[in-house]
Amino acid sequence: MSDTIAAIATAPGEAGIGIVRLSGEDSIKILDQIFIPTKGKSIKDYSSRRLTHGKIIDPSTKHVIDEVLVTYMKAPFTYTAEDIAEIDCHGGIVPVKKILEIVLRYGARVAEPGEFTKRAFLNGRIDLSQAEAVMDLISAKTDKSFDVALGQLEGSLSKEVKKIRNDILEMMAHITVNIDFPDEDIEEITYHELKEKAKHIYKGIHELLESAQTGRILKEGLSTAIIGKPNVGKSSLMNALLKESRAIVTDVPGTTRDVIEEYVSIKGIPLKIIDTAGIRETEDIVEKIGVERSKQFFNKADLIIFVLNASEPLTDEDQRIMKLLINRQAIVILNKIDLPEVFTKDDIQKILPNKKIIKLSVLSREGMEELENTIVNMVYGGEVKQGEVSFVTNVRHQNALERAISSIKEGIKAIDDGLALDFIEVDIKNTWEYLGEITGDTVGEDVLDTIFSNFCLGK
Amino acid sequence: MFEKFESGNFDTIVIGAGHAGCEAALATARMGHSTLLLSINLDSIAMLPCNPSIGGTGKGHLVREIDALGGEMGLNIDKAFIQSRMLNTAKGPAVHSLRAQADKNLYHMEMKKVLENELNLDLKQGEVIEILVEDQKVKGVVLSTGSVYYSKTVILATGTYLGGKIFIGGINYESGPNGLAPSKKLTQSLKNIGLHMRRFKTGTPARVDQKTLDFSKMEEQPGDERIVPFSFMNDSLEKEQVPCWLTYTNENTHEIIKENIHRSAMYGGDIEGTGPRYCPSIEDKVVRFADKKRHQLFIEPEGLHTNEMYVQGMSTSLPEDVQVKFYRSIAGLENVKIMRPAYAIEYDCIDPLQLNLTLECKDIEGLFSAGQFNGSSGYEEAAAQGLMAGINASLKMNRKDPFILDRSEAYIGVLIDDLVTKGTNEPYRMMTSRSEYRLVLRQDNADLRLTQKGYEIGLVTKDRYCKFVDKKEKIEEEMKRLKEMIIKPSQVKDLLEKMNEAPLKNSISLYDLLKRPQITYKALEEADNNRENLPIEVIEQCEIQIKYEGYIDKQLKQIEQFKKLEMKKLSTDIDYSKIEGLRIEARQKLDEIKPLSVGQASRISGVSPADISVLLIYLEQQRRRGEKNE
Repeated sequence: MSDTIAAIATAPGEAGIGIVRLSGEDSIKILDQIFIPTKGKSIKDYSSRRLTHGKIIDPSTKHVIDEVLVTYMKAPFTYTAEDIAEIDCHGGIVPVKKILEIVLRYGARVAEPGEFTKRAFLNGRIDLSQAEAVMDLISAKTDKSFDVALGQLEGSLSKEVKKIRNDILEMMAHITVNIDFPDEDIEEITYHELKEKAKHIYKGIHELLESAQTGRILKEGLSTAIIGKPNVGKSSLMNALLKESRAIVTDVPGTTRDVIEEYVSIKGIPLKIIDTAGIRETEDIVEKIGVERSKQFFNKADLIIFVLNASEPLTDEDQRIMKLLINRQAIVILNKIDLPEVFTKDDIQKILPNKKIIKLSVLSREGMEELENTIVNMVYGGEVKQGEVSFVTNVRHQNALERAISSIKEGIKAIDDGLALDFIEVDIKNTWEYLGEITGDTVGEDVLDTIFSNFCLGK
Repeated sequence: MFEKFESGNFDTIVIGAGHAGCEAALATARMGHSTLLLSINLDSIAMLPCNPSIGGTGKGHLVREIDALGGEMGLNIDKAFIQSRMLNTAKGPAVHSLRAQADKNLYHMEMKKVLENELNLDLKQGEVIEILVEDQKVKGVVLSTGSVYYSKTVILATGTYLGGKIFIGGINYESGPNGLAPSKKLTQSLKNIGLHMRRFKTGTPARVDQKTLDFSKMEEQPGDERIVPFSFMNDSLEKEQVPCWLTYTNENTHEIIKENIHRSAMYGGDIEGTGPRYCPSIEDKVVRFADKKRHQLFIEPEGLHTNEMYVQGMSTSLPEDVQVKFYRSIAGLENVKIMRPAYAIEYDCIDPLQLNLTLECKDIEGLFSAGQFNGSSGYEEAAAQGLMAGINASLKMNRKDPFILDRSEAYIGVLIDDLVTKGTNEPYRMMTSRSEYRLVLRQDNADLRLTQKGYEIGLVTKDRYCKFVDKKEKIEEEMKRLKEMIIKPSQVKDLLEKMNEAPLKNSISLYDLLKRPQITYKALEEADNNRENLPIEVIEQCEIQIKYEGYIDKQLKQIEQFKKLEMKKLSTDIDYSKIEGLRIEARQKLDEIKPLSVGQASRISGVSPADISVLLIYLEQQRRRGEKNE
């Protein structure tokens, strides 16, 4: 067993409880030094895996840090296959931080990012692709992401990838037979067939990649900016969305001091709302759209919610912003429809013909449901249906898919250029190998097995 | 009474004088070691007991590589061929594959002559019945006559002789190939010294009498007009070639086979050995691909001084009477007379996982092996291993570093790495698809890849080396000239127009102009005033390197990546059972195979990418610990 690592296992401030986890040979010893059970003298009086009530103290001052529930688990049947101790304390940043500090003082060291999983992996508990999904599972912020991470563990992505690889395999086998058994009585694959098959493979990978984009959004949150003139109702819209959200995740200060990011969950999709209300009125985004910081901010967003006050006439600024929205993912909100309208939805639609425009009253909640559905539909691109295509929640997988698609594209080009079969095969094989990086399959006898089962060969 | 007597001392003893044994013995002798080459029958040296041809896809590449390293096979087939064809010419240069029909008898005689004339080499008829081993080190061999020969190294190249057993329908009998005497006792000796033996099987079709065939009902398959020699030592060859003939089975043939399938040795269950999937018997083809209405067969001459012809595609273990019946159902074979019936043959061999990359036995020092004994199939695969076993036995005796070709350097490297790293479940045949770096490992550049290495280990002659250097320099000079030679649009306007090619917009180099797929070096002759008269193989290299530069560069980059893991060396002392995090299967496999690099480890079946990550982490740990201790 190796040295003992510790980390806060819950996202800071995220929930009602906070968890500090230790793994390594001194885990139980450290816990014993800082924990006083409500009944009995020591954690060692309790058996493995038993939830035990008590207090964490700072042994040097005898001060009580928090009231907690602790569990220890003996190796090897734990997540890391090492001794593990878990301390469940009150939520909020203070208790977990304090407990972590004490744990570190008594012999643990801070775990590197992903180190628990790395140990689990190094100790043979999990394979590489599972390890990555577990990491995503840990960082999954909302229910939807959680489902996706779970699905991946069970291999739904593997299943999709394997299907595509199987198609490639058939194609490779035919090409290989033509190359390696030129004297046999087997038809040469035509360039037309090659093209059809390659296009089919391209389509499959493309669909997975589309879902990779979705996966990133699910993990990191859809970066959303609410913009509009002062007093159009940005803040109240934001508050309404926050109220809809099951949990306000955290206040994470952005890179700019004035900008506050809030996480909300809309029907399971995390939105990272960039709160322009946090910018002082004099630096209103509408007036200062030319200011560099605001521009970056605007450019960075995945989704823009542009709020208009339907009871006041459109201004030049409104017009200018609408021009900027033309090529962006944007939703236009006509707010304050409870007041008399001075322009209509059609007027705006003429300026922004392809944008979704929603009439909304924050006060009466009219239009809120429509807004939420619109966001959900935009995330899933209207095509990607929940649960149908596995979501790729990992950068490595996305990267492998990207390399696979660029290889198949080159293959298609080679086919179009009429290059010899053995050059085309290089691109096809690369595609197959990149996809194999996701499932962990390596090229083995697969091609030969397919050849010998599909084609009649031999002297 | 069996009495042993001392008969002599050699540096190396090679057991078996087939394609592996011949190359092995020539290599050790040429590298300065006294060599004894033993064969059960000296009339069967370099025998071609199956198809009368050398080369083909992947196999032709091997022959080129053997030649580039100073081996004999290429030179010998150039002396003995009676038809030559370059296969796959409609495809890219990487898969062009040379194949030649051989006059079997001539092939045998020419090789025997070379062996007999080799200094340092004794050729002797005899059956080895025992390998002498002391303290896990090889000491010599005992012959059936009682002769004992001592040596520092022994190379096993026993082919299908070892424990050979022939099957024809319900009949079976102990025999080597082609009715020759089998080697009956050696297997027990090999088991006694600790080798794990297994059984493989192969088969060969009937030989038929040429004068009983009606070629008018068959399609003629002539040789190529331009003969490309196998050996880089031969610039061109002129020879009158003989044709092969193509015909087909029909539904009647299949009917006869199906009716008699129960009489086949294969279906009778008598055969325990594993056969190769790529040469199934005709009954196998008929049963497995029942919807195929016909199967093609080639009738190939066995030589110029015989009527015997080989019936490619018709290997079978059906009884002789059935053979006659279904052969006669084929167009052109209606009156055929079989001179030698088809048979299946079973033989003893080893699981090659017991070998190092040098083809030396892991557990017995100085004992090397090659060819079918190692689980491969084919003359070329055998010769390639024989050559490498011979080279490494010599280097070992000279206490020099072993000579190992990796997968990016040669098909020979692919062959040996596959055998000793992955093992094989059937007789292993080379194919171009087994190579990851096919575009670089072409048959046309085998000399550029390997002759320098062959020269450094002392196997390539001065003549060959000078020829190689001259060619290499000519290629480099011409490539440089083509890059520097700038062509103005006006200079090639008419020429391009004539070829239906788009005109040039700006001046470009000849090098860049040659990148256009349709423009050949030859076509640019009139626009290229300073052109020297260069040999065809130099022009060929320039054209390939220019035209496929993009693809070749890509593959070279992959090779760089590949080399990174190959460079991460693993000591054979590592106790894998102690590495935490390796899965049990990986530990066992790594302990068994003892790979020399992380790259080799990654190719072992049962070792996952996760295990490789663990190995990398382990190496990193070791490195850090080593640093600490310093």
